[in-house]
Amino acid sequence: MNQGDMNGILNDIKQVFGETIEINADKFFPIVRCDAEQLLELMRTLKEQFGFNYLANLNGVDYGEQFEMIYHLYTIPARAKLLVKTRVSRDVPILPSLIELWPTADWQEREVYDLMGILFQGHPNLLRVLLPDDFIGHPLRKDFK
Amino acid sequence: MLSEKYIVNIGPQHPSTHGGLHVEAVMDGEIVVDAIVHLGYVHRSVEKIAESRTYAQFVPYTSRLDYLASHLPTLGYCQAVEKLLGLQVPERAEYIRVIMAELSRIASHLVFVGSCAIDLGATTGLIYCLRDRERIMDLFEMSSGQRMLAAYMRIGGIAEDWPEEFIPALKSFLNDLPSMLEEYRGLLNGNEILQARLNGIGILSAEEALRYGVTGPNLRASGVEYDLRKADPYGIYERFAFSVPTAQRGDCWARFIVRLAEIEQSASIIWQALKDLPDGEIKAKVPRVIKPQKGLEVYHRIESSKGELGYYIASDGSENPYRLHVRAPSFVNLMVLPLISRGGKLQDIVANIATLDPVLGESDR
Repeated sequence: MNQGDMNGILNDIKQVFGETIEINADKFFPIVRCDAEQLLELMRTLKEQFGFNYLANLNGVDYGEQFEMIYHLYTIPARAKLLVKTRVSRDVPILPSLIELWPTADWQEREVYDLMGILFQGHPNLLRVLLPDDFIGHPLRKDFK
Repeated sequence: MLSEKYIVNIGPQHPSTHGGLHVEAVMDGEIVVDAIVHLGYVHRSVEKIAESRTYAQFVPYTSRLDYLASHLPTLGYCQAVEKLLGLQVPERAEYIRVIMAELSRIASHLVFVGSCAIDLGATTGLIYCLRDRERIMDLFEMSSGQRMLAAYMRIGGIAEDWPEEFIPALKSFLNDLPSMLEEYRGLLNGNEILQARLNGIGILSAEEALRYGVTGPNLRASGVEYDLRKADPYGIYERFAFSVPTAQRGDCWARFIVRLAEIEQSASIIWQALKDLPDGEIKAKVPRVIKPQKGLEVYHRIESSKGELGYYIASDGSENPYRLHVRAPSFVNLMVLPLISRGGKLQDIVANIATLDPVLGESDR
């Protein structure tokens, strides 16, 4: 996929969602930023309308007051790539689960919950996946001792 | 007529689980109703460790992710940091990296073929494969002093150049490889028991594989021609001609033969790289203290022997990564184990685990 096609896709996304999302790019990825409430709708549109059929990676980053969730999307066999970012507050870290769109989110969301402590609404089985069930705390948070 | 369901525990201490993997098989008579996977027995909190190490210090940890193909995760990590820094790696180092990476892939697939064979009862298969893999381990030892956890790749290049005896030994291995493959095929592919245990077992459709994010040989065995070396080329892979073996049926047998075919393609890449191998530097000029620009973040992915291995690194301008995440292919691939095991027999779970080829060091991190 060349740069022109990708810009076309980004323009289309912008048209569907207007000013409610923010689109820009860093050196490596076109980035779409959205609010937590919008995430599910945005992702559904990206998957169904724009063909992003492959959720490669998702992970959380602790930025103090807020957590940032990051989703790397690709299309197969075309080669479009997109980075979707959203932020949630540390006090109420709840995001919608993407498991109905991409079942691959299942364990990956469990891992984020396990290590970072972000809760995913709509996940049917949000249990710890790497740490023991009776473990207390979320080690990837910066304040974990 | 339904009978009472009961649970059979496979692992965590069981040779066919390839490390500490625990599967709770929910059985209705002889039929598997569900398989619940428990991970974390080899969790070392690698991502947290990374936050308190410098970029260079973290290199040896990456070898320990996929210890069966230790050059591949190291390659992915080094390239991710190089992307952050905008470093150009010298030509010779790039070629040596490709050769070492493909040797790792062959070594990993040899372990796959051997362990798949022994999991299904063919002990000789394991012995033959490990015997031949030993020659790759010797090559690794020759070049880096380490057999398995080499940490041979460095940020900006490789640790040291090959000794004189390396290339003759490598060529002799590659020359013998076709006869080795012929031996495995004669021993295993034509074996009626192996065919009965693998054919039509654990079918994963292309659609389900994509939904579940399955990558690597497991995806290609379901008929999707997707290999990051071609789909999103990194390093110098664009320069080599090779094909991407696929199979259509998505069963255990398909996953088995795809990997055998991949060994040949890797060997072909190594031959091409050896032919063009230039002289010169093996390491770029890298600052002694590595501090990527503040606020930069990168996701770099490579085709490891198990699938898409990705590194997400966020920098805050200090010597340590602010956040490092490993997208481990084994972790994601294992997610389909319950899906492909349901409705089968208990012994099929063993074949399914063996052909999904997880390495627990990577899935548990």
